[in-house]
Amino acid sequence: MGNAAAQKVPFWLDPKKRGIVFQIGTVCMVGLLAYYLISNVLINLEKQSIATGWGFLTKESSFEVGESLISYSSADTYARALLVGALNTLKVSFIGIVITVILGTVVGIARLSTNWLVSRLAKGYIEVMQDIPVLLQLFFWYAVFYETFPSPRQALNPITGVFLCNRGVAFAVPAAHPAHAYMLAALVVGLVLAFFLRRWAKKRQDRTGQSFPVFRVSAGMVVGFPLLAWLAFGAPTAMDVPKLVGFNFTGGLTLSPEFFALLMGLVLYTGAFVAEVVRAGIQSVSRGQQEAAMSIGLRPSQVLNLVILPQALRVIIPPLTSQMLNLTKNSSLAVAIGFPDFVSVANTTINQTGQSIEGVALIMAVYLFFSLSTSAFMNWYNKRVKLVER
Amino acid sequence: MKKWKLSLVMIAVVLLFVAGPALAGTLDEVKARGYIKAGVNGGVFGFSMPDDKGVWKGLDVDTARAIAAAVFGDADKVQFTALTAVQRLPALQSKEIDVLCRNTTATLTRETTNGLNFTQVNYYDGQGFLVPKKLGVKSAKELGGATVCVLPGTTTELNAADFFRANGLQWKPVVIEQTAELNKAFFAGRCDCLTSDVSQLAAQRSVSPRPQDYIILPEVISKEPLAPVVRHGDDQWYDIVKWAVFALIEAEELGISSQNVDKMKNSTNPQVQRFLGTSPGMGKALGLNEAWAYNIIKQVGNYGEIFERNVGVNTPLGLERGLNDLWTRGGLMYAHPIR
Repeated sequence: MGNAAAQKVPFWLDPKKRGIVFQIGTVCMVGLLAYYLISNVLINLEKQSIATGWGFLTKESSFEVGESLISYSSADTYARALLVGALNTLKVSFIGIVITVILGTVVGIARLSTNWLVSRLAKGYIEVMQDIPVLLQLFFWYAVFYETFPSPRQALNPITGVFLCNRGVAFAVPAAHPAHAYMLAALVVGLVLAFFLRRWAKKRQDRTGQSFPVFRVSAGMVVGFPLLAWLAFGAPTAMDVPKLVGFNFTGGLTLSPEFFALLMGLVLYTGAFVAEVVRAGIQSVSRGQQEAAMSIGLRPSQVLNLVILPQALRVIIPPLTSQMLNLTKNSSLAVAIGFPDFVSVANTTINQTGQSIEGVALIMAVYLFFSLSTSAFMNWYNKRVKLVER
Repeated sequence: MKKWKLSLVMIAVVLLFVAGPALAGTLDEVKARGYIKAGVNGGVFGFSMPDDKGVWKGLDVDTARAIAAAVFGDADKVQFTALTAVQRLPALQSKEIDVLCRNTTATLTRETTNGLNFTQVNYYDGQGFLVPKKLGVKSAKELGGATVCVLPGTTTELNAADFFRANGLQWKPVVIEQTAELNKAFFAGRCDCLTSDVSQLAAQRSVSPRPQDYIILPEVISKEPLAPVVRHGDDQWYDIVKWAVFALIEAEELGISSQNVDKMKNSTNPQVQRFLGTSPGMGKALGLNEAWAYNIIKQVGNYGEIFERNVGVNTPLGLERGLNDLWTRGGLMYAHPIR
């Protein structure tokens, strides 16, 4: 009877079928709108005889980019120029996120310190940095760099091999040597062994209850193996020291004022937010947890690592992810202080080729890709640390 | 700043999306609106910059005012929009402005793939290098390894890359979009040299803290014909802008200035009569009032007056006429016959 009744209901009264009709309708509307907009754009561009298409990517860019992780000259293509920009964005975002998380964690814990001075200093930092727009901070750090430091010929030389001037920080790096490749290999071996050691130790502890000093042994391997490789090659100590040639320093490694100002601004600004996230996460773990852990005789480091952090992390990670995304997106403010990030290079490309639509589409695609990758990784991590309910 | 720019590009894109087929010509739109929207630089003393009372002054500003005088008989009917080098072309393409008078170099790419038309050149320029005297550099060829401050999205940026590449010199660009920020960085010593059009270098030096400490190197590495720009596809508006600039030049050649223009109305010279509309026909052909050229000269002055007032030898810029002198005196300023 139920079946017969259901068949009698006309489809416009059946919520399920009606829902499907609405959804198909919506998709059609969106599709039509997209078609209208895109065809309209093409007609308008055609009318104004503005070039369209992606052909420009393979043309010679004929502009120079200030700093690059890969070799690049104005004789390379637009595609390569854009890659240089994307890598620069990636560089500042990655380094920025790592330092921000460390800084935010330290300040967040300091904020909860029982030491009055430490906690007030942390609070002051958070309040000040949160309330000043990040663009102003970038201008500030950039101006500090070129206004306070001397010209390259009078560069400050605080310690051997390090030079500070208004062209950036130049410092000595170990001169290229075959040992470096082996040291890197040794580091990888150390990391892999540490990973398996941790799994083995956890299994053994689950089985027998005996703990193993995983951290100390792992650290020993990760640091020790490359050190052994270095000694095996006769401990090469030659350094590539920056030298003043003509107008600027060559050799060594130079961090430009633009990069430095951008990194400072982003890290200090986002760090304040991360500190608050960390504080909230730690405070979300009830005090009883800590007391209970201590009462069964765990050491303070164990209380933090085994009881507090696993519970705090599940609160910390989602907002932390959004702060990481903020930092990546804010890195596009680089354009204001002349760091050649992706937006800066894409802007120049837009202007030299006149193809705004393709350029803006590329900017959106690249940031979407970076953000989705970060989210995907953090979601994976979030799944790992969330409470497993038994 | 960046948000500004990005939003402008976004607006440009959105406008391209929604702008339906343009039915009315630019002249009709401008007349219906009651004023001209002109894009200018906003940061180059002598070319376009507001003075301490907020009144726009400069050679490019006067060019836009001449167009307004021709269209409305009132040089003040202009709304100026300050644009960065990166913003300027999308702003014109997306109809944010009617005309771009912003020391913009005419190039093949801009006329073709960017969908723009350059009208008559109002300043012949060339790219040079500004360096601190204490650097001890005498020639641009000695700039190998230098850090160079340059505006993005300009022909300057491309010329500099070509120049250093052709001469086999290493260099490092520092690219900042806002002219003011770029100049601050240069005068604080972030770069060894600033490269731009020579006229702009003279302008930036004149407003720097210590102008006497800087020199412009002798090399001029490019041709920079700077001209007002309009969109492709509106010939009438193109003609108006082009002939407004010609009128400035022609008036100087005919000896008509803002001082004597009323007296010249009684001239028996047929060229002057055609020019000032006492013998009619020219204004109507452009779709304007017959007094179009009279209004330009009466309210803005001829090209020579504009030049001397804004950038000439008696101004802080102290620029010679040089290439920008009349063809009769060995320059390149040569108006087509108004007949």
